[in-house]
Amino acid sequence: MQTIRQIENEMMRLDIPDFSAGDTVKVHVRIQEGEKERIQVFEGVVISKRRGTTNASFTVRKMSNGVGVERIFPMHTPIVDRIEVVSKGDVRRAKIYYLRKLRGKAARIKEKRF
Amino acid sequence: MCNGLIGKKLGMIGMFSPEGRQIPVTVVQVGPCTVTQIKTTETDGYNALQLGFGLRKQTRVTKAVLGHFKKAGDQIFSVLKEVAVENPLDYTIGQSIGIEIFTVGDRIDVSGVSKGKGFSGVIKRHGFHGGRSTHGSQCHRIPGSIGASAWPSRVVKGKKMPGQFGNQKKTVKNLQIMDVRAEDNVLLIKGAIPGFKSAIVNIRKTNKMPGNIKAI
Repeated sequence: MQTIRQIENEMMRLDIPDFSAGDTVKVHVRIQEGEKERIQVFEGVVISKRRGTTNASFTVRKMSNGVGVERIFPMHTPIVDRIEVVSKGDVRRAKIYYLRKLRGKAARIKEKRF
Repeated sequence: MCNGLIGKKLGMIGMFSPEGRQIPVTVVQVGPCTVTQIKTTETDGYNALQLGFGLRKQTRVTKAVLGHFKKAGDQIFSVLKEVAVENPLDYTIGQSIGIEIFTVGDRIDVSGVSKGKGFSGVIKRHGFHGGRSTHGSQCHRIPGSIGASAWPSRVVKGKKMPGQFGNQKKTVKNLQIMDVRAEDNVLLIKGAIPGFKSAIVNIRKTNKMPGNIKAI
C-alpha cells in the first residue's frame, strides 16, 4: 500500500492551483502539430471536480458561439501546461450541472467576496 | 537465462503517457527471488530452478522444510515456485535473481489465481443474456433449455451451466511492461492481472510474438 501511494505521489503534479466548482479558469493545453508544439487556452467555468489520486479530473464548461462546450481534463495530465484561476465563483454546490440548463444572464455566477 | 519470477500484486493505478493518455497499470512487487534448488535433466528429468519469494517465520515451518531452506541460506520463504531454464548450471543455490531481468517494453505473461466468485449462475459465469424481467416471464436469470429430448437424450459434455466461478488459475498473455522501478522491486504492467491485492503471481517473458498490439 505504501509503495503504491509513493508511486502515485511521484506521478501527481504539485503545481496545480487551488480551485473548486464555480471558479473560472484558464487551462493552457499543449497541442502537438507534427513537429511543432503550441499552447491553446481553454477558458471556462469549472462545473465539477472529481477527487482521486492520479485519476482525479475536472470539467470546464464554456460557451463557444452560443454552443455550450465541456471538456474533461485529468488533473495530473502532462498535456496541461498550467492552470490559471481567473476568478472565484460563489456557488453552493460541489457540482454545478444546473448551469447546463441556463442561458444568458441566468447563467452568470456571482463572484466570491472575501 | 531465467525468464520468470514470482511477484505480489499490490493494486492498480492510472499513469500518463507522454502524450497525455491515461493508461491503467497494475503495480506488482517482483522478486528478489532466491534460488533454493536446481533441477537438472540428470537428477530430475528436466531443467528448472526452484525460486523462493516472501519471508515466513521459522516457527511456521517443519524441520524437513527448514532443512531444505538451510541449503540456500538462512531465509525461510513463504512461496516456492519453479521456472524452466535452459542451463540450470549457470546458477548457484542461494543466488538472488531480481527485477533486472525485465526491461521497459518487454511482453510478459502473468498467471495467478483469480478472485473467487463462489457458485455463480450462467449470467455471471458465462455471460448469458437474462430472460424478460416483466410481463410474467418468470425466467429472469435461468439458463433455459440444456438440450433436446429424443436426440441426443443427454446433456452434451461441456454444456455451460452454473457452478464455481473464479478461484481458478488464469493466465493473461502478452502484457506490456510500462515501467521498472528497481529500487522498490516494482513493475508497472499495462492492464489487469488475475487475483486480489497481495495475491501471488507468476511473471514470465511471453513466447507470443508482439505483432498486432498497438504500441503507445
